[in-house]
Amino acid sequence: MPALKAAAELNSSCAGLVIHKKEAGDRVVALAGNPNVGKSTVFNALTGMRQHTGNWPGKTVANAQGYCSRNGHGYVLVDIPGSYSLMARSTEEEVARDFICFGSPDAVVVVCDATCLERNLNLVMQVMEACPRTVVCVNLLDEAKKKQIDIDLPLLSRRLGVPVIGTAARSGEGLEDVMNAVEQLLGEPPEEKQALVPYPGYVEQGIQALLPQAEKAAHGKADARWFAARLLDGDESLRSSLADCLGFDPEQAPELSETLADVRAGMEEAGVSRTRLRDDMAGAFVRCAAEISRGVVSVTANGSSRRDRRLDKLFTSRLTGFPIMLLLLLAVFWITISGANVPSALLADGLFRVEERLAAAAFSAGVPALLTDLLIHGVYKVMAWVISVMLPPMAIFFPLFTLLEDFGYLPRVAFNLDRCFKGCAACGKQALTMCMGFGCNAAGVTGCRIIDSPRERLIAIITNNFVPCNGRFPTIISIITMFLIGGATGLLGSFLGALILVGVILFGMGMTLLVSRLLSRTILKGVPSSFTLELPPYRWPQIGKVIVRSIVDRTLKVLGRAVTAAAPAGVLIWALANVTVGGATLLARLTGFLDPLGRALGMDGVILTGFLLGLPANEIVVPIIIMTYMAQGSLLELEGPALMQLFVQNGWTWVTAVSTILFSLMHWPCATTCLTIRKETQSLRWTAVSFLVPTACGIAVCFLFSTIVRLFI
Amino acid sequence: MKQTIPLTQIRPGRRAIVSGLSAEGGLRRRLQDLGLVEGREVTCVELSPLGDPTAYEICGAVIALRREDSDTVLVLEEAADASA
Repeated sequence: MPALKAAAELNSSCAGLVIHKKEAGDRVVALAGNPNVGKSTVFNALTGMRQHTGNWPGKTVANAQGYCSRNGHGYVLVDIPGSYSLMARSTEEEVARDFICFGSPDAVVVVCDATCLERNLNLVMQVMEACPRTVVCVNLLDEAKKKQIDIDLPLLSRRLGVPVIGTAARSGEGLEDVMNAVEQLLGEPPEEKQALVPYPGYVEQGIQALLPQAEKAAHGKADARWFAARLLDGDESLRSSLADCLGFDPEQAPELSETLADVRAGMEEAGVSRTRLRDDMAGAFVRCAAEISRGVVSVTANGSSRRDRRLDKLFTSRLTGFPIMLLLLLAVFWITISGANVPSALLADGLFRVEERLAAAAFSAGVPALLTDLLIHGVYKVMAWVISVMLPPMAIFFPLFTLLEDFGYLPRVAFNLDRCFKGCAACGKQALTMCMGFGCNAAGVTGCRIIDSPRERLIAIITNNFVPCNGRFPTIISIITMFLIGGATGLLGSFLGALILVGVILFGMGMTLLVSRLLSRTILKGVPSSFTLELPPYRWPQIGKVIVRSIVDRTLKVLGRAVTAAAPAGVLIWALANVTVGGATLLARLTGFLDPLGRALGMDGVILTGFLLGLPANEIVVPIIIMTYMAQGSLLELEGPALMQLFVQNGWTWVTAVSTILFSLMHWPCATTCLTIRKETQSLRWTAVSFLVPTACGIAVCFLFSTIVRLFI
Repeated sequence: MKQTIPLTQIRPGRRAIVSGLSAEGGLRRRLQDLGLVEGREVTCVELSPLGDPTAYEICGAVIALRREDSDTVLVLEEAADASA
């Protein structure tokens, strides 16, 4: 959008975020809330954007922005990561707090979960303390209704003293009213606000003592009472944010520091310890939330949570938890492989027929043979391969996986597996980041922000690559189908394929645990930190919407990436195969150079070349291998299962197939993932470690495997 | 007079009332934010297949806690009732 670039930009660097306003008068509205209350659904509905949503806490980890305009006013909506509290504990909570407290939003909409309103009110009141212009959006009213929970919205609004709107964001109910309320609130002059949450008397006295100097130090950038309360609270993580955002340095404000020390000393004298002070301050919010929700929330029966508990018994009990997990994995893969076979073949047929037509047309139009070779037999062919091999499995796998995600199954996986991760001194939420890795490792790495402990987050980042992303999935699936199911066809063949694929995934998980364990014994020494994971209610997925969304948003996006990376790779390969130096083509020189290493790892030089040149995107590894074989050999007309023939002619056996699958599972992360790791860790060193660890594992495993096979066969 | 016990000792299906926290620092804050404050009711929902962590119902939400963490929550167990 050119208008966006030309527009005025307001820089609020402390939240690490540049707000994109289209006009200087645009209003900034932050969307806050506990994890998994439907903030992103509200955000999408209001802005018409398609930020990915899912039924698990921590789905949104970065601030997303959207724009909407109404009645002549522009609104920039900022979707903030879910947080339980502004008294931050995790990185994502810090991001949320910094933006609400220092980002100077014009208003904050706090999205609440109607099914557990009381806990949500804790955050509502913390937000209200920091930002006076707050609108409360009580979401998931539909679910609450099913659970026979009734909420008296007008009473809640009277008690809180701010507008309260009830919504059911998934069906769009009430969303208009949210923006109406924001608009109305911003149209009114700011009221002198009353302290909603009273602290115990001695805390209030301390705040009063600090207030005059706090006002000076905050100079209008943050609420003075809030600022004084936080100083008293002595939140460690707040210190750097205060310095970044307010330019506040305690050393520069000796009077304030002195007063603070005096107040604290006074409390110590009265026998109030720091822990007691902080408890009393946190407790004030929790108790106030309980008081406010009394009479607002009424529960008549709890039928639907009984259904949830029954499902939990099924998905997480000792007897059925793991078998069902494996069966689900197997079922998803089986449906993917068996469903993808036919459309894959059809697509390949169709696209290659087009290639012949194009070539014939180019010939009769007098296009030089060199150009035809490059564009049609080079670039077009690669893209045809990419599309026919990747599109069908992705179009089936993504919707299936999204259904499980929307249903609320993924947190149960983390719950089941946490013990294993704890044994490796890692965090169970790593299971969630691994699930994200199935889609894209770069997304998985960003998702690691849901892990609170920096040490455990690094472990999750370094090992994320052991989960094959959708760029590697089709490679692995097609090699399994060609070489490892022993010619079995039909449903049996795809079942065998799915079984082997489950084995590959389990092997990847095993490596994840092993490497996590090694890391926490060596360069990332430490003990497992605390762990709290919310298990959300099960939600019946909106099947039609999921299918359309995951095909349009994810499948086509990934495919687009693959095609844009494949086209230049096609040109590069073509160039390497056609430039001759000293009697051999550059391509031959490269593959020849890599051949000894490739052979030692059970593969060959061409396959390694494929992995090397596939650094920009794993999707193009197989196409590069195909092109290289074709460029080197005499150009045979391929018939029947053409791809397999080509590979067999070039010396592939089941050992090559297994080695290639293993190396695909374990080698360097793609370029996008490397850049994301650099961004997330802010460290070249950890990026290098994340690059080297999976690569070393792949080399070691492939070398061991092929050596052992050579010894015995 | 009933004795306070760690939350860890509450079996699935049983309820208890929080009487205090022994955790410090960040964990203490997090547990409080989740609703684990004095006087609050907690129900043990389910153990995970490997016996740890355990899911608890707190404030209408289901939260999984590891043994090390739920050990720091002190509770008074409620008498068994018909619905348990």
